[in-house]
Amino acid sequence: MAEPLVEIKDLHVEFEVRDGIIRGVDGFTLTINRGETLGVIGESGCGKSITAKAVMQMVPKPGKITGGEIIYYRRDKYNPHKPTEVVNITNLDPDGDTIRTIRGGEFAMIFQEPMSSLTPVYTTGTHIGEALKLHRLIPKTVGEQMTQQMMQYRPVTKQEAREISIEMLQKVGIPKPHERVDAYPHQLSGGQRQRVMIAIALSCQPFMLIADEPTTALDVSIEAQILDLMRELQDTMEMSIMFITHNLGVVAEMAKEIVVMYMGKQVEKSDTVRVFYDPKHPYTRALLQSIPKVGKRTGERLASIKGMVPDPFHLPNGCVFHPRCPSFVPGKCDVLTPNWIEIEPNHWVRCLLYEGV
Amino acid sequence: MEESQVVESESVATGKQQQLSQAYWSLVWWKFKKNKLAIVGAIIIILFYTVCGVFAEFFSPYRLDYQSDYLEARPQPLVFKNPAGNFSLRPAVYGLDQELDLVQRTRTWVVNKERIYPLSLFVKGQPYKLLGLIPMDIHFFGVNTRKYPDGTVFIFGTDRLGRDLFSRILYGGRLSLLLGLIGQFCTLILGMVLGAISGYYGGMTDIIVQRLTEFVGAFPDIPLFMALAAAIPVDWSPILVYFMLTLILVFIRWGGLARQVRSLILSLREREYVLAAQSAGASDKRIIFRHLLPGTMSHVIVIATLMIPGMILSETALSWLGLGLRPPLTSWGVLLQEVSAVRIIRFAPWMLFPVPFIILAVLGFNMLGDGLRDALDPYGGR
Amino acid sequence: MLSYIARRILYMGIMIILVSFVAFLIIELPPGDYLTVKLQQLQARGDLSAQQRIADYRARYKLDQPVLVRYWNWITHFVQGDFGESFEFERPVKEIIGQRALMSAVLALASIAIVWCLAIPIGVYSATHQYSLGDQIVTTLSFLGLGMPGFLLALLVLFFAMMVLKVEVGGLFSREFTDAPWSWGKVVDLLKHLWIPALISSVTGTASLVRIMRGNLLETLGQPFVEAARARGLKGSKVTWKHAVRVAINPLVVILTTEALPSIVAGDALVATVLNLPTVGPLFVRALVSQDMYLAGTVLVFIVLMTMVGSLIGDLALAALDPRIRLE
Repeated sequence: MAEPLVEIKDLHVEFEVRDGIIRGVDGFTLTINRGETLGVIGESGCGKSITAKAVMQMVPKPGKITGGEIIYYRRDKYNPHKPTEVVNITNLDPDGDTIRTIRGGEFAMIFQEPMSSLTPVYTTGTHIGEALKLHRLIPKTVGEQMTQQMMQYRPVTKQEAREISIEMLQKVGIPKPHERVDAYPHQLSGGQRQRVMIAIALSCQPFMLIADEPTTALDVSIEAQILDLMRELQDTMEMSIMFITHNLGVVAEMAKEIVVMYMGKQVEKSDTVRVFYDPKHPYTRALLQSIPKVGKRTGERLASIKGMVPDPFHLPNGCVFHPRCPSFVPGKCDVLTPNWIEIEPNHWVRCLLYEGV
Repeated sequence: MEESQVVESESVATGKQQQLSQAYWSLVWWKFKKNKLAIVGAIIIILFYTVCGVFAEFFSPYRLDYQSDYLEARPQPLVFKNPAGNFSLRPAVYGLDQELDLVQRTRTWVVNKERIYPLSLFVKGQPYKLLGLIPMDIHFFGVNTRKYPDGTVFIFGTDRLGRDLFSRILYGGRLSLLLGLIGQFCTLILGMVLGAISGYYGGMTDIIVQRLTEFVGAFPDIPLFMALAAAIPVDWSPILVYFMLTLILVFIRWGGLARQVRSLILSLREREYVLAAQSAGASDKRIIFRHLLPGTMSHVIVIATLMIPGMILSETALSWLGLGLRPPLTSWGVLLQEVSAVRIIRFAPWMLFPVPFIILAVLGFNMLGDGLRDALDPYGGR
Repeated sequence: MLSYIARRILYMGIMIILVSFVAFLIIELPPGDYLTVKLQQLQARGDLSAQQRIADYRARYKLDQPVLVRYWNWITHFVQGDFGESFEFERPVKEIIGQRALMSAVLALASIAIVWCLAIPIGVYSATHQYSLGDQIVTTLSFLGLGMPGFLLALLVLFFAMMVLKVEVGGLFSREFTDAPWSWGKVVDLLKHLWIPALISSVTGTASLVRIMRGNLLETLGQPFVEAARARGLKGSKVTWKHAVRVAINPLVVILTTEALPSIVAGDALVATVLNLPTVGPLFVRALVSQDMYLAGTVLVFIVLMTMVGSLIGDLALAALDPRIRLE
């Protein structure tokens, strides 16, 4: 049985702007299990990235978490089988000690923009070293008492940090890591920079990696390399991955489970195979139909989802998808709000078609 | 069939563009209106240019060169009293009496609170020509001299020659503000044309213009101003000096603008619509003036607005040092010349009254320019 | 890199020759300069010693020669350290400037120190607390500061000190120390007087630097690497200073050197004139007004020289600070 690592319950994130309030995330619920990869897909602007940032407790201004909980089942970093405490991340001070040990140390994040995610004036070694200094301790045995080992930890030294940096660069497949450790970001290619970002993220052996569209800005060939690298490293390090993307192909390759998001809510969740071969929600179906397929009759138009993403200030009543929904039932979908229900084992959907009202 | 489609799509495109540009300007206006500081700035500037620039003769109680008998008289404070000494909504001024200062052995003018002269609007006063054309003798405010023959209204006091400072500040504003405007206009033309040519043609032209701007830029502003202004012969007529000074200010400032326009043109030059115009056989002149320069307009307006205060201040500083305008021309800087001696600050501190006016005008332009910058870039953050 | 520096210096040399020539023309050409007046006076006196001095001047400044020769004569003496004579003071320019150069440098350094010590923290605060009350106050104040040129402010301060505080401002020393030799007491006296002019001449600079710093930092704070640094678990203040400010401040280095070096020579001439400071600035102004050409020309050339050296140093410093530029 999978153990939960993070449970997001009914999360609400609101942005107060001059013209009103935008609900970036509007009642999002999700569980991320230990060691598993979860894919989150949806159109841009549906709240994927905000959710990821909320888990790190770094929602950008003027956003605010206005409701819900993010429960993190914490474990000892150096003894991963020993539970320590249960933290509600939404209650933490965004610049406090606890969240800062979690950030980078226990949850690491990589971003969409590898080109500018590294500070231009510091070398790759400095970047990795900075994370190591904060989150990595070197154990040393100080003595044995009965059967228990007495362990003490000390921070890494500069020399060690450099060695670990080189080792990490090698692990993520950067050629000549001994030289590249002193390279500045602009001397690296986009793919290499994303590899460095992964090296930084993984150097502190986190429990979870949040990857926010990590390959969107990269070439397809580089994309495949980066995805391979992430899968490979996940196998050896036993960590969870929250993989955020709008690219259905990528998510099919990476994730065990998939959550589909629309306008700040999850609309469907199941294991990858079922989402792809037996989608229930009309939005998921529409998304899948919009993927170009090889071997299909040419000349046929690609299916696109009709209509536009609604104006965030004037969300439609009832189901927020109803104005664009091909299975729209008048008098029902524009009145009632659908619930999150499990229609078959581990297949959840938020749609009135399955509610039998 | 195909052709009509093309035409149709083109007309749709132009329609859309018109719509877009309309939307852009209404968005600009909408955003500008929301910025209170910018509105205040705009009002200040408009007030300055109407009161000083256009109607100084009407708004000032005295003529520019009118020398009264009251030498270095203190400002007559405005009070709300009637001649009997009771409260009245109608403002009035106290009279002035001459007094012998035994310590300094000079005669000075002191305020006599016994004599009260109520002020009137639209009073008959010294004759002048409105806009230089229409003979008039009505002034915006003053003391009715028929009723009170010895009444004076020097709300900011008088200078060594007995001239009303308030009137002189209004007249002085005209030259200072106009110099800012004319100078900025010339800078704009020179900077835009040279910047556009340099950006559009590139190559040798570009190199020459670039080196020229660099050369001018190598001189620091103020010292170069001073050196150039010092080179204006003393015996030139005031008007000639005025134009020479404007030219100097233009000469020093066009470089910065040219550089900015050049870089804008460089990026615009590669746009599809310019290529389209080129392939349609439009002349270089047409491309530069019809297609490229309009694209830089919003940017240029902002730079220009923010550059005017520098222009005004340079004139003020130069004239104050005695290197710029000289009497009988009257600008704010010329008025400040009187204050170069510490003695004046001690014994006639009201001669500093032009200072707040200068600062207000500069602030007005800065606020307006800042608001314009925010408004003209409605899609940009911040 | 070395070849870049060499090219810059060569280019600088050419510019300096051109600029000095133009400076010479500006000062030399207009009629009615001090030397002409002086020669006329001597002519009028007409005695033997006057005749002798006229001849001296003619020989020394090659007055009968064409402009180019005169320029060559001036510039060759210049590079040898002979800047000519001030006709108004009847002393060598070198001596007059030398007397005041130290005070100019002290004042300029003091006001630069004030500008940077105030502007950087304020700018950072203002950007990191965007739209807060503090930021709005800072923005408004910097607005006022920008619209308040130093010499007008100096006039107002003078007025305020005289009329309200009834104290004398101006000068850099009290009367008893003005001509005294350097001593501990004189230094203390200097510090007592220095802060007012230093503060006044730093107002505009501070205001504009605050605005530049705020703008640069706001742009930098929006960059992904700031978010990435935060996601690494760095403390907020460390993200701001070590990552964002470190990147945002780079371009300001050029401002520092290109403005600082020339200001060490002539500083804020206008403020110094108002406050009657014993620095080079007022000397320069006075020389320009009276067309004391060798004095004015020397100061002008030094200012231009310093501006160029400053911008070279600024570019080199920028290259040292920013690897993106360094490696190009």
